[in-house]
Amino acid sequence: MLKNRIIPCLDVKNGRVVKGINFVDLKDAGDPVEQAKIYSDGGADEICFLDITASNENRDTIYSVVDKTSKNCFVPLTVGGGVRSVEDINKLLNCGADKVSINTAAVQNSKVVEDSSRKFGSQCIVVAIDAKRNDGGWEIFTHGGRNPTGINVLKFASKMEKCGAGELLVTSMDKDGTQSGYDIELMQKISSSVNIPVIASGGVGTLDHLVDGIKSGASAVLAASIFHYGSYSVNEAKHYLASKDIPVRI
Amino acid sequence: MNVTIVDYNSGNISSVINSFKEVAKDKVNIEVTSDLDKIKSSDKVVLPGQGSFKSCVDALNNIAGLVDTLNEFAINNKKPLLGICVGLQMFADVGYEEIETKGLGWISGKVSKIDNQNGKFKLPHIGWNELNIVKDSKIFKDIENNSHMYFVHSYELVPNDKSVVSAITDYSSNIVCSIEKENIFGTQFHPEKSDKAGLKIIDNFINL
Repeated sequence: MLKNRIIPCLDVKNGRVVKGINFVDLKDAGDPVEQAKIYSDGGADEICFLDITASNENRDTIYSVVDKTSKNCFVPLTVGGGVRSVEDINKLLNCGADKVSINTAAVQNSKVVEDSSRKFGSQCIVVAIDAKRNDGGWEIFTHGGRNPTGINVLKFASKMEKCGAGELLVTSMDKDGTQSGYDIELMQKISSSVNIPVIASGGVGTLDHLVDGIKSGASAVLAASIFHYGSYSVNEAKHYLASKDIPVRI
Repeated sequence: MNVTIVDYNSGNISSVINSFKEVAKDKVNIEVTSDLDKIKSSDKVVLPGQGSFKSCVDALNNIAGLVDTLNEFAINNKKPLLGICVGLQMFADVGYEEIETKGLGWISGKVSKIDNQNGKFKLPHIGWNELNIVKDSKIFKDIENNSHMYFVHSYELVPNDKSVVSAITDYSSNIVCSIEKENIFGTQFHPEKSDKAGLKIIDNFINL
């Protein structure tokens, strides 16, 4: 039976982890490679890096981070943030990323998704959707959640599936950072409207939120803060899900 | 010893390279090449594959003499070869992804889309699933039955002769996840991304 995945996400800026794991015995708390290794040794099913480097001159730092991580972690590695073109995707894959997540570029030009999934295979193309509630539905936002687009989330999700996306990483902007749980209705609606796996993101504060995320129909749950701040380890989270009869890899 | 990972523009093979180098350390030389002479002279060959069946077969055929060299290596000389994901699928006679495409014909059978039971099962089959070992295989030495392996695929190998199948996994139906036929090995899952158990499988192949 296919297991539900738990994916810790690390925010990386200028090659350093921004919100890191709060462990005292870390040699270098800002080293993304070391933190990714802790997660993978702890049973993370995948690792996700979100590159939030703002300035263009520092953008290349992510490539060496990905390169070093992929030589130390032997679980899938997804990298997103600032991915604009097929060439950006190619570079990340060549450095050792297994999947690349595309957000703004997918909204602006769906051909990036079509071309990259044809060139590299759907298995490595994740479309990241930032969704915010509006009257009666959800709207897509781009540029790290700054720009409204007027595009309906469910329609966009179906379109991305047709363009060849292998997975959708869905973040609720209303919930992100609140630690009050995923937007369950959003995850249910998207999961039931597409045939590709959905990764739920945004809002996790407790282990029960992870349970709710999986029950909503998502194939995987992504979380940042609860793992970063050492509230729970990935291993604890997996045992908790197992105790709630949710199939996980232990 | 030399192990060659065939680099034929089949998509992203950096994880395969990293994992083999991790396991090989300094004991075994890992070559990454499409050079025919190097492939011929190596002790073992790894055939990775990402993307569609058709794109991988096309990429193989785009390198003049590569298919003949692989045939000579695996079929005539019976040296150990490991296919990973689409690398395994290409062992079949024919694949039906995008368009009907001829495979290497080493394992009699076809590659067709996983029956997702009208949307009941999501495709691609992405994530960790259990290995149900149905036959002893040299690459499963010290691998516990029901170990988890990482899968990413929408198509499956359907061999005519089930006796080549060494493990299956349950997703919609029983999917072939590995085969062993004499010197030919293949995994539908990605050992390079399957954590410690995956690295052990790579180690077993290197140490055949």
